[in-house]
Amino acid sequence: MTKSVPPAAQPPVRPATVQPWWLRVTHWLNVLAVVAMVMSGWRIYNASPIFPFRFPNEITLGGWLGGALQWHFAAMWLLVANGLIYLTTNAASGRFSRRFFPLTPRGVVRDLFAALRGRLTHDDPRHYNQVQRAAYLFAVLDLVLLVASGLAVWKPVQLGWLCTLFGGFQGARLVHFIAMAGLVGFVVVHVAMVALVPRTLRTMITGR
Amino acid sequence: MTHERKSSILMSDAPVVRDGEAILHEARAPMARRVSEPSRRAFLTRTLSLGGVALLSGCSLDDNASVESALTRISRWNDRVQAALFRKSVLAPTFPASAITRPFPFNAFYTMDEAPVVDEAEYRLELSGLIADKAPWRLDALRDFAAPRAAEQITRHVCVEGWSAIGRWGGVTFADFLRRIGADTSAKYVGFKCADDYYTSIDMPTALHPQTLLALTYDGQTLPRKYGFPMKLRIPTKLGYKNPKHIRAIYVTNTYSGGYWEDQGYNWFGGS
Repeated sequence: MTKSVPPAAQPPVRPATVQPWWLRVTHWLNVLAVVAMVMSGWRIYNASPIFPFRFPNEITLGGWLGGALQWHFAAMWLLVANGLIYLTTNAASGRFSRRFFPLTPRGVVRDLFAALRGRLTHDDPRHYNQVQRAAYLFAVLDLVLLVASGLAVWKPVQLGWLCTLFGGFQGARLVHFIAMAGLVGFVVVHVAMVALVPRTLRTMITGR
Repeated sequence: MTHERKSSILMSDAPVVRDGEAILHEARAPMARRVSEPSRRAFLTRTLSLGGVALLSGCSLDDNASVESALTRISRWNDRVQAALFRKSVLAPTFPASAITRPFPFNAFYTMDEAPVVDEAEYRLELSGLIADKAPWRLDALRDFAAPRAAEQITRHVCVEGWSAIGRWGGVTFADFLRRIGADTSAKYVGFKCADDYYTSIDMPTALHPQTLLALTYDGQTLPRKYGFPMKLRIPTKLGYKNPKHIRAIYVTNTYSGGYWEDQGYNWFGGS
């Protein structure tokens, strides 16, 4: 990874903003929405499991099916509204193309190997390496898939075309579950990486 | 969740001291301050309960009255959104006979042998509310009314729990029946009282949907007890709990009257 080094004799300036305020706000609102959706979703799943296991009730939200549904259908408004603000601001400001592209499979593999050998530097937090780009893009697209399959499960008649796209009601349910598992997998890795590079947590709170 | 104010409660701005007693004093100071300022303690408690959610416990939020009322308000908002999304012209998918789920699952808040036993000879369907002809109906009169207007559909029953099953229901279009009894179709709600003490209510546009059936048969047979004898309302555009079984009374009203599960927190519109 090559990048320009700032001239040595620059006058002291305030450290540049790594994450703009709107990104930090939407990120943390997204955390709230996703945590509420996933935990209540597990409770809803438990009412009629697709696979031969249930989630322990202690890690679910809502107390019972009706309560979990209330949480799920309340948090969904936050998730969607916040997600739309994130997507439009990100695209309109040019941040999206600046931060996430170019992105190539070859680049992802190269950076992944570099990371595994401990040779990936973190000296400019404004620059995402290709593994980060791929991971964050995955999270964004996976959330879009979660919302779309969720809409299909919610309205299999009124949004019948969407439901058909997922292979019918049970198909949409399965896609919704798999997309949830993908997002939870992302969160696990994401939180582990934050634990390895704690500075990024401060960046996501203060912006610097 | 409201945060009354932001504070940096655990920060001490006391200068560095080396004297033993002063160190002790300094150590005690932040604690004393925490105890003496109840609003800060409240903030801390609230922050911790919020953190509890993040820590996947969530318990403290479940039985909180204000959270519950907020969730109920959002659920009413979801009712309005679903009513706006609803289109009478959008039909639920229908299936071939080969797709029928066999056996079709029994589902109720009681076991199958607790299902009500309704005596055909004694049965009278009661009508009340904004209905012109409130005369009760015997079961054979209902069958006579349905026979020339017979409607049958193979549709998917979607349960709020997430499972679904395809079944074949026959009877008469509910809109036909509402017109026959002179129901005020400009009213907001149609409500149902059932022989198993179940009750629910639906919006008028759904009641008038062309696929909403007053079902008297299941899979070509008289509706069996386990599926709601003598009749049920079959609404393929709604979740299962909005399909009342063993109906003994129907009323039309402009007053919201909830339902058995709805009063406990299930969404009232329950559309699909």
